[in-house]
Amino acid sequence: MEMRFEGRIWKLGDDIDTDIIMPTQWLTLDTMDEVKKHAFEPLRPELAAAIRPGDIIVAGHNFGCGSSREQAPEALSALKIRCIIAKSFARIFFRNAINNGLLLIECNELADHVVEGDVVTVEINRYVSCHGKKYDIPHIPDNIFQIIEDGGLVKSMQKRNGIIKG
Amino acid sequence: MGHTLAEKILMHNTGVADCRPGDIVITHPDCVMFHDIYTTNVYRKFKEMGFTKSWDPEKVIIMFDHLLPTCLPLDGDHLKYGYQFAEEFGARKVHAGDGICHQLMPELGYARPGDVVFVTDSHTTTYGAVSAFSTGIGYTEMAAVLGTGEMWVRVPSAIKIQIDGTLPDGVCSKDIALRILGDLKAAGGTYKSLEFCGSTIDAMPVDERLTIANMAVECGAKVGLFAPTKESCAYSNVKYDDVSWLHFDDDAEYEKVLTYKAEDMVPYIAAHPYVDNVKPLSELEGMKVDKVFIGSCTNGRLQDLAAAARVLEGRHIAPHMELLITPASRSIFKQAIALGYIQTFIQAGAMVTHPYCSLCEGRSGGLLSDDEVLLGTNNRNFLGRLGSPKSKTYLGSPVVAAATAVAGHLIHPADLKQERNYGI
Repeated sequence: MEMRFEGRIWKLGDDIDTDIIMPTQWLTLDTMDEVKKHAFEPLRPELAAAIRPGDIIVAGHNFGCGSSREQAPEALSALKIRCIIAKSFARIFFRNAINNGLLLIECNELADHVVEGDVVTVEINRYVSCHGKKYDIPHIPDNIFQIIEDGGLVKSMQKRNGIIKG
Repeated sequence: MGHTLAEKILMHNTGVADCRPGDIVITHPDCVMFHDIYTTNVYRKFKEMGFTKSWDPEKVIIMFDHLLPTCLPLDGDHLKYGYQFAEEFGARKVHAGDGICHQLMPELGYARPGDVVFVTDSHTTTYGAVSAFSTGIGYTEMAAVLGTGEMWVRVPSAIKIQIDGTLPDGVCSKDIALRILGDLKAAGGTYKSLEFCGSTIDAMPVDERLTIANMAVECGAKVGLFAPTKESCAYSNVKYDDVSWLHFDDDAEYEKVLTYKAEDMVPYIAAHPYVDNVKPLSELEGMKVDKVFIGSCTNGRLQDLAAAARVLEGRHIAPHMELLITPASRSIFKQAIALGYIQTFIQAGAMVTHPYCSLCEGRSGGLLSDDEVLLGTNNRNFLGRLGSPKSKTYLGSPVVAAATAVAGHLIHPADLKQERNYGI
Protein backbone atom coordinates (compact mmCIF):
# COMPACT_ATOMS: atom_id res chain seq x y z
CA MET A 1 0.00 0.00 0.00
CA GLU A 2 1.11 3.53 -0.75
CA MET A 3 2.28 4.98 2.55
CA ARG A 4 2.24 8.60 1.34
CA PHE A 5 -0.42 10.28 -0.76
CA GLU A 6 -2.38 13.50 -1.11
CA GLY A 7 -5.97 14.34 -1.94
CA ARG A 8 -8.57 17.05 -2.23
CA ILE A 9 -10.87 17.22 0.81
CA TRP A 10 -14.60 17.35 1.42
CA LYS A 11 -15.40 18.68 4.87
CA LEU A 12 -18.20 17.47 7.14
CA GLY A 13 -19.16 18.13 10.77
CA ASP A 14 -19.72 16.09 13.95
CA ASP A 15 -22.02 13.05 14.37
CA ILE A 16 -22.38 12.28 10.64
CA ASP A 17 -24.61 9.22 11.07
CA THR A 18 -24.94 6.28 8.72
CA ASP A 19 -28.53 7.28 7.83
CA ILE A 20 -26.97 10.42 6.34
CA ILE A 21 -24.14 8.52 4.67
CA MET A 22 -26.62 6.03 3.19
CA PRO A 23 -30.40 6.44 3.74
CA THR A 24 -32.37 3.26 4.50
CA GLN A 25 -34.48 3.31 1.35
CA TRP A 26 -31.40 2.72 -0.84
CA LEU A 27 -29.85 -0.13 1.16
CA THR A 28 -31.58 -2.89 -0.79
CA LEU A 29 -30.69 -1.65 -4.30
CA ASP A 30 -29.03 -4.50 -6.12
CA THR A 31 -25.59 -3.10 -6.92
CA MET A 32 -23.16 -0.83 -5.11
CA ASP A 33 -22.95 1.31 -8.28
CA GLU A 34 -26.60 2.24 -7.73
CA VAL A 35 -26.29 2.55 -3.94
CA LYS A 36 -23.26 4.86 -4.01
CA LYS A 37 -25.09 7.59 -5.94
CA HIS A 38 -27.14 8.32 -2.80
CA ALA A 39 -24.25 8.88 -0.38
CA PHE A 40 -24.83 11.87 1.96
CA GLU A 41 -28.15 12.58 0.21
CA PRO A 42 -30.18 13.92 3.20
CA LEU A 43 -27.41 16.36 4.13
CA ARG A 44 -25.75 17.20 0.79
CA PRO A 45 -27.59 15.72 -2.19
CA GLU A 46 -24.95 17.03 -4.65
CA LEU A 47 -21.96 15.46 -2.92
CA ALA A 48 -21.92 11.88 -4.28
CA ALA A 49 -21.75 13.10 -7.89
CA ALA A 50 -19.02 15.63 -7.05
CA ILE A 51 -16.66 13.19 -5.30
CA ARG A 52 -13.71 12.10 -7.46
CA PRO A 53 -11.48 9.03 -6.94
CA GLY A 54 -8.71 9.83 -4.48
CA ASP A 55 -10.66 12.51 -2.61
CA ILE A 56 -10.42 12.61 1.17
CA ILE A 57 -13.20 13.26 3.70
CA VAL A 58 -12.34 15.34 6.74
CA ALA A 59 -14.89 15.34 9.57
CA GLY A 60 -15.47 16.02 13.25
CA HIS A 61 -16.33 13.67 16.11
CA ASN A 62 -18.24 10.37 15.96
CA PHE A 63 -18.19 9.91 12.18
CA GLY A 64 -20.38 6.96 11.15
CA CYS A 65 -22.52 6.77 14.30
CA GLY A 66 -25.88 5.01 14.32
CA SER A 67 -26.92 2.01 12.26
CA SER A 68 -24.59 -0.91 11.49
CA ARG A 69 -25.28 -0.63 7.76
CA GLU A 70 -22.12 -1.55 5.92
CA GLN A 71 -23.43 0.05 2.75
CA ALA A 72 -22.20 3.32 4.31
CA PRO A 73 -18.46 2.54 4.20
CA GLU A 74 -18.85 0.26 1.18
CA ALA A 75 -20.41 3.11 -0.81
CA LEU A 76 -17.57 5.45 0.18
CA SER A 77 -15.11 2.76 -0.83
CA ALA A 78 -16.97 2.41 -4.15
CA LEU A 79 -16.76 6.19 -4.67
CA LYS A 80 -13.00 5.62 -4.26
CA ILE A 81 -12.62 7.90 -1.26
CA ARG A 82 -8.90 7.53 -0.43
CA CYS A 83 -9.33 7.87 3.32
CA ILE A 84 -11.40 9.54 6.02
CA ILE A 85 -9.71 11.74 8.59
CA ALA A 86 -12.01 12.47 11.53
CA LYS A 87 -11.71 13.54 15.16
CA SER A 88 -13.26 10.19 16.10
CA PHE A 89 -15.21 7.29 14.57
CA ALA A 90 -18.17 5.23 15.78
CA ARG A 91 -17.16 1.62 16.46
CA ILE A 92 -19.25 -0.40 13.99
CA PHE A 93 -18.44 2.03 11.17
CA PHE A 94 -14.78 1.72 12.14
CA ARG A 95 -14.80 -2.08 11.84
CA ASN A 96 -16.89 -2.01 8.67
CA ALA A 97 -14.59 0.50 6.99
CA ILE A 98 -11.50 -1.56 7.79
CA ASN A 99 -13.25 -4.68 6.51
CA ASN A 100 -13.87 -2.86 3.22
CA GLY A 101 -10.25 -1.80 2.97
CA LEU A 102 -11.15 1.84 3.64
CA LEU A 103 -8.45 3.67 5.56
CA LEU A 104 -9.57 5.67 8.61
CA ILE A 105 -7.32 8.10 10.43
CA GLU A 106 -8.10 9.72 13.76
CA CYS A 107 -6.83 13.28 14.05
CA ASN A 108 -8.23 15.73 16.53
CA GLU A 109 -6.78 18.89 15.03
CA LEU A 110 -6.87 18.82 11.23
CA ALA A 111 -10.61 19.46 10.82
CA ASP A 112 -10.36 22.80 12.63
CA HIS A 113 -7.64 24.12 10.30
CA VAL A 114 -8.83 23.21 6.81
CA VAL A 115 -11.64 24.20 4.46
CA GLU A 116 -13.34 22.23 1.75
CA GLY A 117 -11.21 22.00 -1.40
CA ASP A 118 -7.87 22.15 0.44
CA VAL A 119 -5.33 19.49 -0.46
CA VAL A 120 -4.13 17.31 2.43
CA THR A 121 -1.04 15.09 2.49
CA VAL A 122 -1.13 11.82 4.44
CA GLU A 123 1.85 9.82 5.58
CA ILE A 124 0.36 6.66 7.12
CA ASN A 125 1.28 6.05 10.78
CA ARG A 126 3.15 9.38 10.91
CA TYR A 127 1.23 12.58 10.18
CA VAL A 128 -1.27 14.45 8.04
CA SER A 129 -0.42 17.90 6.74
CA CYS A 130 -2.03 20.92 5.11
CA HIS A 131 -0.88 24.51 4.48
CA GLY A 132 2.62 23.48 5.58
CA LYS A 133 1.49 22.37 9.03
CA LYS A 134 1.81 18.76 10.27
CA TYR A 135 -0.58 17.02 12.65
CA ASP A 136 0.30 13.81 14.54
CA ILE A 137 -1.75 10.68 13.92
CA PRO A 138 -1.76 7.32 15.76
CA HIS A 139 -0.09 4.12 14.60
CA ILE A 140 -2.58 1.62 13.13
CA PRO A 141 -2.64 -1.71 15.11
CA ASP A 142 -1.04 -4.60 13.18
CA ASN A 143 -4.14 -6.83 12.88
CA ILE A 144 -6.15 -3.93 11.46
CA PHE A 145 -3.41 -2.78 9.09
CA GLN A 146 -3.14 -6.33 7.74
CA ILE A 147 -6.82 -6.33 6.74
CA ILE A 148 -6.48 -2.96 4.99
CA GLU A 149 -3.32 -4.10 3.23
CA ASP A 150 -5.06 -7.29 2.08
CA GLY A 151 -7.67 -5.02 0.49
CA GLY A 152 -10.43 -5.82 2.99
CA LEU A 153 -11.73 -8.79 4.94
CA VAL A 154 -13.08 -10.67 1.90
CA LYS A 155 -9.57 -10.86 0.45
CA SER A 156 -8.14 -11.77 3.88
CA MET A 157 -10.56 -14.69 4.07
CA GLN A 158 -9.81 -15.68 0.47
CA LYS A 159 -6.14 -15.86 1.46
CA ARG A 160 -7.07 -17.93 4.51
CA ASN A 161 -9.16 -20.30 2.40
CA GLY A 162 -6.45 -20.65 -0.24
CA ILE A 163 -8.48 -19.04 -3.04
CA ILE A 164 -5.87 -16.36 -3.59
CA LYS A 165 -2.22 -16.40 -2.66
CA GLY A 166 -1.14 -14.49 0.40
CA MET B 1 -7.92 -6.46 41.13
CA GLY B 2 -11.51 -7.20 40.13
CA HIS B 3 -13.07 -7.21 36.69
CA THR B 4 -15.89 -5.41 34.93
CA LEU B 5 -18.88 -7.43 33.66
CA ALA B 6 -17.54 -7.11 30.10
CA GLU B 7 -14.11 -8.44 31.09
CA LYS B 8 -15.68 -11.34 33.00
CA ILE B 9 -17.75 -12.47 30.02
CA LEU B 10 -14.79 -12.15 27.63
CA MET B 11 -12.57 -14.16 30.00
CA HIS B 12 -15.29 -16.78 30.40
CA ASN B 13 -15.71 -17.05 26.63
CA THR B 14 -12.06 -17.02 25.59
CA GLY B 15 -10.57 -18.90 28.53
CA VAL B 16 -7.88 -16.25 29.08
CA ALA B 17 -6.98 -15.91 32.76
CA ASP B 18 -7.00 -12.14 32.71
CA CYS B 19 -7.87 -9.35 30.31
CA ARG B 20 -7.81 -5.58 30.54
CA PRO B 21 -9.06 -2.67 28.40
CA GLY B 22 -7.19 -2.40 25.11
CA ASP B 23 -6.29 -6.12 24.92
CA ILE B 24 -7.39 -7.83 21.73
CA VAL B 25 -9.02 -11.22 22.38
CA ILE B 26 -10.42 -13.84 20.01
CA THR B 27 -13.97 -14.80 21.01
CA HIS B 28 -16.00 -17.86 20.01
CA PRO B 29 -19.59 -16.63 19.83
CA ASP B 30 -22.39 -18.62 21.49
CA CYS B 31 -24.60 -17.63 18.58
CA VAL B 32 -24.76 -15.15 15.70
CA MET B 33 -27.74 -13.71 13.86
CA PHE B 34 -28.23 -11.71 10.68
CA HIS B 35 -31.44 -10.12 9.45
CA ASP B 36 -33.18 -9.64 6.14
CA ILE B 37 -31.63 -6.27 5.22
CA TYR B 38 -28.27 -8.05 4.92
CA THR B 39 -29.13 -11.60 3.85
CA THR B 40 -28.08 -10.95 0.24
CA ASN B 41 -24.82 -9.31 1.27
CA VAL B 42 -23.96 -12.04 3.78
CA TYR B 43 -24.75 -14.79 1.26
CA ARG B 44 -22.62 -13.21 -1.48
CA LYS B 45 -19.67 -12.31 0.76
CA PHE B 46 -19.70 -15.77 2.39
CA LYS B 47 -19.43 -17.44 -1.03
CA GLU B 48 -16.90 -14.92 -2.30
CA MET B 49 -14.69 -15.67 0.72
CA GLY B 50 -14.62 -19.31 -0.32
CA PHE B 51 -16.59 -20.85 2.55
CA THR B 52 -18.89 -23.78 1.85
CA LYS B 53 -20.66 -24.26 5.18
CA SER B 54 -21.30 -22.29 8.35
CA TRP B 55 -19.05 -23.16 11.28
CA ASP B 56 -21.96 -24.44 13.40
CA PRO B 57 -25.54 -24.41 12.02
CA GLU B 58 -26.82 -24.77 15.60
CA LYS B 59 -25.43 -21.34 16.39
CA VAL B 60 -26.66 -19.47 13.32
CA ILE B 61 -30.00 -17.66 13.35
CA ILE B 62 -31.62 -15.67 10.53
CA MET B 63 -34.50 -13.28 11.18
CA PHE B 64 -36.82 -11.43 8.80
CA ASP B 65 -38.08 -8.32 10.56
CA HIS B 66 -37.12 -5.25 8.51
CA LEU B 67 -38.65 -6.38 5.24
CA LEU B 68 -41.78 -8.23 6.37
CA PRO B 69 -44.31 -7.27 5.21
CA THR B 70 -42.33 -6.38 2.09
CA CYS B 71 -42.80 -2.83 0.85
CA LEU B 72 -40.66 -2.69 -2.29
CA PRO B 73 -40.71 -5.19 -5.14
CA LEU B 74 -37.06 -6.14 -4.56
CA ASP B 75 -37.56 -6.93 -0.87
CA GLY B 76 -38.66 -10.50 -1.51
CA ASP B 77 -35.26 -11.32 -3.06
CA HIS B 78 -33.57 -10.67 0.28
CA LEU B 79 -35.88 -13.14 1.98
CA LYS B 80 -35.02 -15.75 -0.67
CA TYR B 81 -31.30 -15.28 -0.01
CA GLY B 82 -31.97 -15.84 3.71
CA TYR B 83 -33.72 -19.13 3.10
CA GLN B 84 -31.05 -20.11 0.58
CA PHE B 85 -28.25 -19.43 3.06
CA ALA B 86 -29.98 -21.63 5.66
CA GLU B 87 -30.44 -24.45 3.18
CA GLU B 88 -27.08 -24.29 1.43
CA PHE B 89 -24.70 -23.37 4.27
CA GLY B 90 -26.61 -24.22 7.46
CA ALA B 91 -28.54 -22.10 9.94
CA ARG B 92 -30.39 -23.39 12.97
CA LYS B 93 -33.47 -21.24 12.76
CA VAL B 94 -35.14 -18.87 10.34
CA HIS B 95 -37.77 -16.61 11.90
CA ALA B 96 -40.05 -14.91 9.40
CA GLY B 97 -42.47 -12.34 10.74
CA ASP B 98 -42.19 -13.50 14.36
CA GLY B 99 -41.19 -10.02 15.44
CA ILE B 100 -38.24 -7.68 15.77
CA CYS B 101 -34.95 -9.55 16.05
CA HIS B 102 -33.84 -7.70 19.18
CA GLN B 103 -37.01 -8.74 20.99
CA LEU B 104 -36.84 -12.33 19.76
CA MET B 105 -33.18 -12.99 20.62
CA PRO B 106 -33.73 -12.63 24.39
CA GLU B 107 -37.41 -13.68 24.32
CA LEU B 108 -36.65 -17.01 22.64
CA GLY B 109 -33.57 -17.64 24.78
CA TYR B 110 -30.98 -17.36 21.99
CA ALA B 111 -29.09 -14.66 23.93
CA ARG B 112 -28.53 -15.69 27.54
CA PRO B 113 -26.54 -14.52 30.58
CA GLY B 114 -22.80 -14.79 30.02
CA ASP B 115 -23.09 -15.40 26.26
CA VAL B 116 -21.12 -13.65 23.52
CA VAL B 117 -23.38 -12.76 20.58
CA PHE B 118 -22.81 -10.89 17.32
CA VAL B 119 -25.57 -9.59 15.07
CA THR B 120 -25.59 -7.43 11.93
CA ASP B 121 -27.38 -4.59 13.68
CA SER B 122 -26.33 -1.75 15.94
CA HIS B 123 -29.09 -2.35 18.51
CA THR B 124 -27.60 -5.74 19.38
CA THR B 125 -26.54 -4.08 22.65
CA THR B 126 -30.14 -4.87 23.75
CA TYR B 127 -29.25 -8.33 25.08
CA GLY B 128 -27.02 -6.78 27.71
CA ALA B 129 -30.32 -6.61 29.62
CA VAL B 130 -30.09 -10.39 29.99
CA SER B 131 -26.34 -10.12 30.69
CA ALA B 132 -25.04 -11.14 27.25
CA PHE B 133 -21.97 -9.48 25.71
CA SER B 134 -23.74 -8.66 22.47
CA THR B 135 -22.77 -6.13 19.86
CA GLY B 136 -23.32 -5.14 16.25
CA ILE B 137 -21.09 -5.94 13.29
CA GLY B 138 -21.32 -5.48 9.52
CA TYR B 139 -22.20 -8.06 6.88
CA THR B 140 -18.63 -8.71 5.73
CA GLU B 141 -17.55 -9.49 9.26
CA MET B 142 -20.68 -11.63 9.73
CA ALA B 143 -19.71 -13.64 6.65
CA ALA B 144 -16.23 -14.18 8.12
CA VAL B 145 -17.49 -15.22 11.57
CA LEU B 146 -20.02 -17.58 9.96
CA GLY B 147 -17.12 -19.31 8.28
CA THR B 148 -14.57 -19.27 11.07
CA GLY B 149 -16.58 -19.17 14.32
CA GLU B 150 -14.09 -16.59 15.55
CA MET B 151 -14.22 -12.86 16.11
CA TRP B 152 -11.64 -10.42 17.42
CA VAL B 153 -12.76 -7.96 20.08
CA ARG B 154 -10.89 -5.17 21.76
CA VAL B 155 -11.60 -5.38 25.50
CA PRO B 156 -13.57 -2.21 26.28
CA SER B 157 -13.02 0.19 29.13
CA ALA B 158 -16.18 0.63 31.19
CA ILE B 159 -18.47 3.26 32.66
CA LYS B 160 -20.52 2.30 35.72
CA ILE B 161 -23.98 3.81 35.92
CA GLN B 162 -25.61 3.51 39.31
CA ILE B 163 -29.27 4.39 39.86
CA ASP B 164 -30.90 4.07 43.28
CA GLY B 165 -34.44 4.66 44.51
CA THR B 166 -37.94 4.55 43.06
CA LEU B 167 -38.97 6.24 39.80
CA PRO B 168 -41.78 8.83 40.11
CA ASP B 169 -45.16 8.15 38.45
CA GLY B 170 -45.12 8.76 34.72
CA VAL B 171 -41.36 8.14 34.48
CA CYS B 172 -40.17 5.05 32.56
CA SER B 173 -36.87 3.28 31.91
CA LYS B 174 -36.88 5.13 28.55
CA ASP B 175 -36.48 8.36 30.49
CA ILE B 176 -33.45 6.90 32.28
CA ALA B 177 -31.97 5.94 28.90
CA LEU B 178 -32.55 9.44 27.48
CA ARG B 179 -31.19 11.17 30.58
CA ILE B 180 -27.98 9.14 30.39
CA LEU B 181 -27.62 9.91 26.66
CA GLY B 182 -28.11 13.60 27.35
CA ASP B 183 -25.35 13.45 29.95
CA LEU B 184 -22.88 11.21 28.10
CA LYS B 185 -23.66 12.60 24.62
CA ALA B 186 -23.66 10.70 21.32
CA ALA B 187 -19.97 9.79 21.43
CA GLY B 188 -19.55 9.60 25.22
CA GLY B 189 -19.62 5.83 25.36
CA THR B 190 -17.79 5.02 22.12
CA TYR B 191 -16.01 1.62 22.26
CA LYS B 192 -16.99 1.28 25.95
CA SER B 193 -19.04 -1.05 28.13
CA LEU B 194 -21.85 0.70 30.02
CA GLU B 195 -22.61 -1.29 33.17
CA PHE B 196 -25.81 -0.60 35.10
CA CYS B 197 -26.34 -1.18 38.82
CA GLY B 198 -28.15 0.17 41.91
CA SER B 199 -31.44 -0.56 43.65
CA THR B 200 -33.58 0.85 40.80
CA ILE B 201 -31.82 -1.44 38.33
CA ASP B 202 -31.97 -4.49 40.68
CA ALA B 203 -35.76 -4.12 40.95
CA MET B 204 -36.29 -3.40 37.25
CA PRO B 205 -38.15 -6.02 35.14
CA VAL B 206 -36.38 -7.38 32.06
CA ASP B 207 -38.82 -5.56 29.72
CA GLU B 208 -37.59 -2.21 31.05
CA ARG B 209 -33.91 -3.21 31.19
CA LEU B 210 -34.10 -4.09 27.50
CA THR B 211 -35.04 -0.46 26.70
CA ILE B 212 -31.95 0.90 28.43
CA ALA B 213 -29.55 -1.69 26.97
CA ASN B 214 -31.06 -1.07 23.52
CA MET B 215 -30.15 2.62 23.65
CA ALA B 216 -26.61 2.07 24.97
CA VAL B 217 -25.43 2.14 21.36
CA GLU B 218 -26.79 5.67 20.92
CA CYS B 219 -23.81 6.99 22.87
CA GLY B 220 -21.52 4.71 20.88
CA ALA B 221 -21.19 1.91 23.46
CA LYS B 222 -19.99 -1.56 22.47
CA VAL B 223 -22.20 -3.21 25.10
CA GLY B 224 -24.70 -2.14 27.80
CA LEU B 225 -24.58 -4.73 30.57
CA PHE B 226 -26.76 -5.64 33.53
CA ALA B 227 -25.81 -8.29 36.11
CA PRO B 228 -28.15 -11.30 36.18
CA THR B 229 -30.93 -11.37 38.79
CA LYS B 230 -33.21 -14.24 39.75
CA GLU B 231 -35.96 -12.59 37.68
CA SER B 232 -33.76 -12.12 34.61
CA CYS B 233 -32.54 -15.72 34.87
CA ALA B 234 -36.14 -16.95 35.04
CA TYR B 235 -36.82 -14.88 31.87
CA SER B 236 -33.85 -16.53 30.14
CA ASN B 237 -34.69 -19.96 31.57
CA VAL B 238 -31.28 -20.44 33.17
CA LYS B 239 -30.34 -21.18 36.79
CA TYR B 240 -29.13 -18.14 38.71
CA ASP B 241 -26.45 -20.22 40.43
CA ASP B 242 -24.97 -21.12 37.03
CA VAL B 243 -24.35 -17.47 36.17
CA SER B 244 -23.79 -15.95 39.61
CA TRP B 245 -20.10 -15.53 38.65
CA LEU B 246 -21.27 -12.58 36.58
CA HIS B 247 -21.60 -10.03 39.38
CA PHE B 248 -20.15 -6.58 40.04
CA ASP B 249 -16.72 -6.56 41.70
CA ASP B 250 -16.17 -3.75 44.19
CA ASP B 251 -12.55 -3.42 43.10
CA ALA B 252 -13.12 -3.47 39.34
CA GLU B 253 -11.69 -0.50 37.49
CA TYR B 254 -14.24 1.85 35.94
CA GLU B 255 -13.17 4.81 33.85
CA LYS B 256 -16.06 6.84 35.18
CA VAL B 257 -19.03 6.36 37.53
CA LEU B 258 -22.33 8.18 36.98
CA THR B 259 -24.78 8.12 39.90
CA TYR B 260 -28.44 9.07 39.81
CA LYS B 261 -31.34 9.19 42.25
CA ALA B 262 -34.42 7.71 40.62
CA GLU B 263 -36.57 10.28 42.42
CA ASP B 264 -34.80 13.05 40.46
CA MET B 265 -35.80 11.59 37.09
CA VAL B 266 -38.53 13.27 35.03
CA PRO B 267 -39.94 12.47 31.58
CA TYR B 268 -37.35 13.41 28.93
CA ILE B 269 -37.55 14.07 25.21
CA ALA B 270 -34.73 13.72 22.65
CA ALA B 271 -35.39 16.69 20.38
CA HIS B 272 -34.84 16.75 16.62
CA PRO B 273 -32.40 15.86 15.07
CA TYR B 274 -29.99 14.25 17.56
CA VAL B 275 -30.56 11.49 20.11
CA ASP B 276 -28.42 13.35 22.64
CA ASN B 277 -30.37 16.59 22.25
CA VAL B 278 -32.23 15.69 25.45
CA LYS B 279 -34.50 18.09 27.32
CA PRO B 280 -36.98 17.63 30.17
CA LEU B 281 -40.48 17.22 28.75
CA SER B 282 -41.52 20.32 30.72
CA GLU B 283 -39.40 22.51 28.40
CA LEU B 284 -41.24 21.31 25.31
CA GLU B 285 -44.76 20.79 26.61
CA GLY B 286 -47.40 22.21 24.31
CA MET B 287 -45.42 21.66 21.09
CA LYS B 288 -47.81 20.51 18.35
CA VAL B 289 -47.32 16.91 17.16
CA ASP B 290 -48.80 15.41 13.97
CA LYS B 291 -47.97 11.74 14.41
CA VAL B 292 -47.16 9.37 17.26
CA PHE B 293 -45.40 6.02 16.92
CA ILE B 294 -45.38 3.42 19.70
CA GLY B 295 -43.25 0.38 18.94
CA SER B 296 -39.69 -0.70 17.95
CA CYS B 297 -37.03 -2.80 19.68
CA THR B 298 -36.77 0.03 22.21
CA ASN B 299 -40.38 0.28 23.39
CA GLY B 300 -42.71 -2.21 21.72
CA ARG B 301 -42.89 -4.68 24.59
CA LEU B 302 -45.89 -5.81 26.62
CA GLN B 303 -45.10 -3.46 29.48
CA ASP B 304 -44.93 -0.53 27.03
CA LEU B 305 -48.23 -1.47 25.42
CA ALA B 306 -49.80 -1.87 28.88
CA ALA B 307 -48.61 1.62 29.85
CA ALA B 308 -49.97 3.10 26.61
CA ALA B 309 -53.29 1.25 27.04
CA ARG B 310 -53.73 2.68 30.54
CA VAL B 311 -53.45 6.19 29.10
CA LEU B 312 -55.65 5.50 26.05
CA GLU B 313 -58.39 3.58 27.88
CA GLY B 314 -61.68 5.46 27.38
CA ARG B 315 -59.98 8.23 25.39
CA HIS B 316 -59.62 9.07 21.71
CA ILE B 317 -56.68 10.54 19.81
CA ALA B 318 -56.81 14.21 18.82
CA PRO B 319 -58.33 15.33 15.47
CA HIS B 320 -55.87 14.94 12.54
CA MET B 321 -53.52 12.90 14.75
CA GLU B 322 -52.07 9.65 13.37
CA LEU B 323 -51.16 7.05 16.00
CA LEU B 324 -49.23 4.01 14.77
CA ILE B 325 -48.70 1.11 17.19
CA THR B 326 -46.49 -1.92 16.44
CA PRO B 327 -45.97 -4.69 19.00
CA ALA B 328 -42.38 -5.97 19.09
CA SER B 329 -43.16 -9.66 18.64
CA ARG B 330 -45.89 -12.08 17.69
CA SER B 331 -46.07 -13.37 21.25
CA ILE B 332 -46.41 -9.83 22.63
CA PHE B 333 -49.11 -9.13 20.02
CA LYS B 334 -51.08 -12.20 21.13
CA GLN B 335 -50.79 -11.27 24.81
CA ALA B 336 -51.82 -7.68 24.07
CA ILE B 337 -54.91 -8.99 22.29
CA ALA B 338 -55.75 -11.32 25.19
CA LEU B 339 -55.33 -8.50 27.70
CA GLY B 340 -57.58 -6.12 25.73
CA TYR B 341 -54.85 -3.56 24.90
CA ILE B 342 -55.27 -3.88 21.15
CA GLN B 343 -59.04 -3.33 21.47
CA THR B 344 -58.30 -0.20 23.53
CA PHE B 345 -55.88 1.07 20.87
CA ILE B 346 -58.30 0.53 18.01
CA GLN B 347 -61.15 2.20 19.88
CA ALA B 348 -58.88 5.14 20.65
CA GLY B 349 -58.30 5.60 16.90
CA ALA B 350 -54.86 3.97 16.56
CA MET B 351 -53.54 2.04 13.55
CA VAL B 352 -52.08 -1.27 14.78
CA THR B 353 -49.63 -3.25 12.61
CA HIS B 354 -48.11 -6.70 12.57
CA PRO B 355 -44.87 -6.97 14.63
CA TYR B 356 -41.85 -5.76 12.61
CA CYS B 357 -39.38 -2.86 12.59
CA SER B 358 -42.18 -0.64 11.31
CA LEU B 359 -41.68 3.12 11.05
CA CYS B 360 -38.40 3.02 13.02
CA GLU B 361 -36.45 1.81 9.98
CA GLY B 362 -37.95 4.57 7.81
CA ARG B 363 -38.82 2.63 4.68
CA SER B 364 -42.42 1.47 5.13
CA GLY B 365 -45.81 2.59 6.50
CA GLY B 366 -46.09 5.90 8.34
CA LEU B 367 -43.26 7.86 6.64
CA LEU B 368 -43.18 11.58 7.44
CA SER B 369 -43.81 14.37 4.92
CA ASP B 370 -42.18 17.81 4.83
CA ASP B 371 -42.70 19.78 8.05
CA GLU B 372 -44.49 16.95 9.88
CA VAL B 373 -43.60 16.40 13.54
CA LEU B 374 -43.50 12.94 15.08
CA LEU B 375 -43.12 11.77 18.66
CA GLY B 376 -41.83 8.18 18.67
CA THR B 377 -40.86 5.64 21.31
CA ASN B 378 -38.09 4.37 19.02
CA ASN B 379 -34.38 5.04 19.37
CA ARG B 380 -33.27 7.39 16.59
CA ASN B 381 -34.37 10.81 15.39
CA PHE B 382 -31.64 11.34 12.79
CA LEU B 383 -32.22 13.76 9.94
CA GLY B 384 -34.56 12.15 7.41
CA ARG B 385 -34.51 8.70 9.03
CA LEU B 386 -38.29 8.45 9.25
CA GLY B 387 -39.15 10.14 5.96
CA SER B 388 -38.57 13.63 4.57
CA PRO B 389 -35.36 15.38 5.70
CA LYS B 390 -37.68 18.35 6.33
CA SER B 391 -39.73 16.42 8.92
CA LYS B 392 -38.89 16.42 12.62
CA THR B 393 -38.72 13.47 15.02
CA TYR B 394 -38.79 13.63 18.81
CA LEU B 395 -38.25 10.61 21.06
CA GLY B 396 -39.95 9.84 24.36
CA SER B 397 -41.51 7.18 26.55
CA PRO B 398 -44.64 5.13 25.77
CA VAL B 399 -46.77 6.98 28.35
CA VAL B 400 -45.78 10.41 27.07
CA ALA B 401 -46.37 9.17 23.51
CA ALA B 402 -49.87 7.90 24.34
CA ALA B 403 -50.78 11.10 26.19
CA THR B 404 -49.44 13.21 23.31
CA ALA B 405 -51.56 11.28 20.82
CA VAL B 406 -54.64 12.21 22.88
CA ALA B 407 -53.71 15.85 23.40
CA GLY B 408 -52.24 16.56 19.95
CA HIS B 409 -49.25 18.21 21.59
CA LEU B 410 -46.42 17.16 23.90
CA ILE B 411 -47.88 16.62 27.37
CA HIS B 412 -47.16 14.88 30.66
CA PRO B 413 -49.72 12.08 31.15
CA ALA B 414 -50.65 13.51 34.56
CA ASP B 415 -51.81 16.70 32.82
CA LEU B 416 -54.21 14.86 30.52
CA LYS B 417 -57.09 15.13 33.00
CA GLN B 418 -57.33 18.84 32.38
CA GLU B 419 -57.32 18.36 28.61
CA ARG B 420 -60.47 18.18 26.58
CA ASN B 421 -61.42 14.55 26.06
CA TYR B 422 -62.35 14.12 22.42
CA GLY B 423 -64.46 11.12 23.45
CA ILE B 424 -65.56 8.12 21.49
